[in-house]
Amino acid sequence: MAKPKIATTSLAGCFGCHMSILDIDERILELGQLVEFDKSPINDLKRFRGPVDVGLIEGGCCNEENVRVLQDFRRHCRVLVSLGDCAIMGGVPALRNMIPLKECLEEAFCHGVTLHNTNGRIPNDAEIPLLLDKVYPCHEVVKIDCFLPGCPPSADAIWEALLALLHGKPVELPYELIKYD
Amino acid sequence: MNNTINLVVDGRPIQGRPGQSILEAAQAAGIWIPRLCYSKGLVPHGSCRLCTVYVNGRPQSACTQPVAEGMFVEANSQRLLELRRDLVEMLLIDGNHFCMFCEKSGSCELQALAYRFGITAPRYPYLWPQRELDASHPDIFIDRNRCILCARCVRASRDVDGKHVFGFYGRGPGKRVAVNAHVRLADTDAAVTDKALEVCPVGALVPKHQGFTVPIGQRPFDQRPIGSDTQPEKAPKTR
Ligand code: SF4
Ligand code: FES
Repeated sequence: MAKPKIATTSLAGCFGCHMSILDIDERILELGQLVEFDKSPINDLKRFRGPVDVGLIEGGCCNEENVRVLQDFRRHCRVLVSLGDCAIMGGVPALRNMIPLKECLEEAFCHGVTLHNTNGRIPNDAEIPLLLDKVYPCHEVVKIDCFLPGCPPSADAIWEALLALLHGKPVELPYELIKYD
Repeated sequence: MNNTINLVVDGRPIQGRPGQSILEAAQAAGIWIPRLCYSKGLVPHGSCRLCTVYVNGRPQSACTQPVAEGMFVEANSQRLLELRRDLVEMLLIDGNHFCMFCEKSGSCELQALAYRFGITAPRYPYLWPQRELDASHPDIFIDRNRCILCARCVRASRDVDGKHVFGFYGRGPGKRVAVNAHVRLADTDAAVTDKALEVCPVGALVPKHQGFTVPIGQRPFDQRPIGSDTQPEKAPKTR
């Protein structure tokens, strides 16, 4: 029987959740036995090779590219997991949600005290993904099947949840493993 | 005169005293009813509705409803857990709660209730309201992003500290905790030793210069759910 496949990505996140995946220590060898990685920064695979069993999403959606990647994950993954507080509620990037986007951009590119921007304009290059009006939690963009809170979720929480999902069982974590910080 | 009142809570016969609330009588009998605006020693406020129980089939807030002879109380059932989860989820999206860098994380009662109820993500869209911060006072700050309008500070300042530092202004989604000065907390009698600070269940009213003193893993709600001292709780199914 072919190994189950997993895929991971970091949207508007800090890669802390991916660090926490690596933090499963020697169990990473066991994980290598259990699953095959599809698209993920862990193997640097940029495109999906086919359908995937479990997708782990770190970070929320702060720009149009995040939305496209997230929709691509939804199309390819049987079970989609919001991994960490940023995916679940926007996290630190969402601190800008209480400030109008125009004010944020002007502070960053026009009025900032440490700024050196001679033309005083907000960058607008086709190469730069357009910012969304605010940072959206993943479940406000696509259907999410499972939530693993934490900043980051602990390695044990990730490991327990992955084992359950790979065996098609419900994710029921003990009290100490569900944390919002 | 017989001063004992007999009632039944979750199928268990218990005794209460005249004037005692259902919440306190249940607590004395080892039954923990979730609560947020209730704080021992303060006059009950009855505003958060988290302590809602069914009394003879009708919803009542257990922190304000006195015990009465022959009451049948449903305090901790699946349908009440669902309602309480909804309330906590609505509180989580109604403010701007950034647990990942909040000083109160690990000892916050709102967070602790979410943990106890197995909430992994609220099912409602986040509202991202505009809320003011007041860091004018040398020893205290108010972060209204985290305030749940429980009025514990209002009652503690008025009835325990004897200062009337806090109140409310506005209505509905515009309701905010206010200070008894033109604008700033610094212009009030507030002191860092006030009961008002101690009772804030969340990170809205916080002493300065002393955050993050207890290591992660040793904070009050890191290992055991809130209410465990009265009634231990198995972790409910997460969702
Ligand atoms: S500041 Fe704290 S104690 Fe006062 S109403 Fe807000 S949450 Fe309650
Ligand atoms: S604790 Fe009873 S209504 Fe808030």
